[in-house]
Amino acid sequence: MPSPENSHAGAKTPIALELKNLRKEFHVHRGKTIIKAVDGISFSLKRGEILGLVGESGCGKTTTGKLVMRLLKPSSGSIIVDGEDTTAESANSKESDFAYRRRVQMIFQDPYASMNPHFKIRDVLEEPLLIHKVGSTKTERTEMISEVMRKVKMTPVEEFLDRHPHMLSGGQRQRVATARTLILRPEIIVADEPVSMIDLSTRAEILQLMKTIQQEMELSFIYITHDISTARYFTDRIAVMYLGRIVEIGTQDEVIDDPKHPYTKALIQAVCEPVSGRVGIMRELEIKGEIPSAANIPSGCRFHPRCPYATKECSEQPEPELIDVGGGHEQACRRWKEI
Amino acid sequence: MSETTSTVKPVLEVKDLRLHYFTSKGAVKALDGVSFDLMPGEALGLVGESGCGKTTTGVALLNMPSPPGRIVSGSIVIDGTEIVGMPENELRRTVRWSKISMVFQGAMNCLTPVYTIRKLMVETWKEHAPDASFDAAAIEERMLKYTRRVGLPDHVLGRYPHELSGGMKQRVVIAMALFLEPKLIVMDEPTTALDVIVQAQILNLIKELKRDLGLSYIFITHDLATEAEVADRIMVMYAGKMAELGMSEQIFAAPDAGAASPASHGSPATYGSPATYGSRGPLHPYTQKLLASTPLLRKKVSELAFIPGAPPDLIAPPPGCRFAPRCPFARKKCSEAEPPVVELEPRHLVACWKAMEDPAYAVS
Repeated sequence: MPSPENSHAGAKTPIALELKNLRKEFHVHRGKTIIKAVDGISFSLKRGEILGLVGESGCGKTTTGKLVMRLLKPSSGSIIVDGEDTTAESANSKESDFAYRRRVQMIFQDPYASMNPHFKIRDVLEEPLLIHKVGSTKTERTEMISEVMRKVKMTPVEEFLDRHPHMLSGGQRQRVATARTLILRPEIIVADEPVSMIDLSTRAEILQLMKTIQQEMELSFIYITHDISTARYFTDRIAVMYLGRIVEIGTQDEVIDDPKHPYTKALIQAVCEPVSGRVGIMRELEIKGEIPSAANIPSGCRFHPRCPYATKECSEQPEPELIDVGGGHEQACRRWKEI
Repeated sequence: MSETTSTVKPVLEVKDLRLHYFTSKGAVKALDGVSFDLMPGEALGLVGESGCGKTTTGVALLNMPSPPGRIVSGSIVIDGTEIVGMPENELRRTVRWSKISMVFQGAMNCLTPVYTIRKLMVETWKEHAPDASFDAAAIEERMLKYTRRVGLPDHVLGRYPHELSGGMKQRVVIAMALFLEPKLIVMDEPTTALDVIVQAQILNLIKELKRDLGLSYIFITHDLATEAEVADRIMVMYAGKMAELGMSEQIFAAPDAGAASPASHGSPATYGSPATYGSRGPLHPYTQKLLASTPLLRKKVSELAFIPGAPPDLIAPPPGCRFAPRCPFARKKCSEAEPPVVELEPRHLVACWKAMEDPAYAVS
């Protein structure tokens, strides 16, 4: 139950979040074009788990994040938080949105753009408390702000509270953005490319900090990224998306060390590694071209026009569903055994 | 530089280049004495964190620092011509695009939206062609040659930028850089905004151009993994200075057999012993740290390293080595005197007191 006190006590389901056949269509050009940004995805996020949503631009990963955040309304399908269907008619009100957002919070890609430049860090962190009426006195709120600042290792706290966002480095801003999501003590965090704008040298530091906090607070985390390399270090499970669908999902080791779907294989094949002797060698790329438009999804398996293993069957037969290939590792290629 | 024969002249020679941004708070010493050269057909990678001066180096090579920046001293010789101090209109007519061109960071998203690709290219010709003759047929032929060369269909010339995908736009930008057949191209993060598969396609294209046209280029990125794909030599920059410059083989020399064990890559404890990366590995602690913080997809390590702290303020940089405040090996000397750039092994330049003194690195 979404109690207004947002207490973490009480019986919790082992599944924090479940998406069931979720779809989001955008109607553009006065309804003449339908963009199927998210086209029937299902997965469950266990409590205290980090799930990576990985894929190229336009694969629907950010739309999925926004659907989970209730920033967008799904066209169909359901989002179940703690065993309760939040997409049901009864949950469709401003009040329920409000209660929902205390439990589900988001970290955005650009921490600078997500903060009011006129606000001091103190105000940035106090705002969610004021909106959600948490902490009755200024002193109480300041205490909460200091606590969360210590949690994200922005110490000494006093030194940072009166600064403006532009006076912080990229890494520090992302720490503040993280602190702002944590201050309401949510259960689920959706992080959309939280480190892609941060220098490589400090990326690992921010990711490690997020992971430490995630474990301490038993948060369930969705990590949206195009960078499968950081996903390997940060996540427990990875879901690979292509054109609005999940094509492969499994633990990060299964997906990266033993990919089954040709798209996952191609993604991994394309990643550069810092080793010498590569300059004269062309990287072998089995798949050609770029991701097609979500307004014009290919027939059959949506990956078939770019797939090196596609047969007549792949374009003519209905789209394959996810198949379990062992131990919860699922993928959606009908020819996975042969390739 | 023993293998450099006297008959082949470098296409680019940069000596003690200093470029400062004159702000109201003081001069930001964005480039503070950088020297390097580039041979024909060679590719040099510039790497470092944001603000280390890699993009500033790139625009300095075209002598077009963005205000309030100015080249304070130093020399840039491109194909035998000194360009520091050259008047603006001469630069535009005889140097930019005809001798050296640049693929700017994010250029693919800055193509004038109301021009077709053909018109964009003709504009480039009018602005920079040395003789400025306008033979429409010849220009068309040249345009087709380079659009085909970068793997685009002919009809792209009639298209507007918004009609093209990200990968195609990046190919257009590269074709525009090639269009006047310069000796040298500076590419600033040309693949950063692209998805991983498209990025790999563009990197393949750049390699092909190097192989087939003998192109010389400078490739700027913050990502050492990308650099490994495209650069013969790598210059690591830190806070406006060169930290290390070496052959790709030297910078990426495997940490020997230790590489197979997860603990050896990324754990700071192993840096103490040179045996883990061999005498030809990266010698500057900054390069070592940068490599350790690059996530490896295929070879999983227990924990990724990072570099605590942030680069220094370039208005008043710290005395001595600029990396000293963040360096795990910094000693008293490091924060007092600036380390000189020394060739510690053939073709491998390093500016680090520790690397100089360590007997394991002694020049044989």
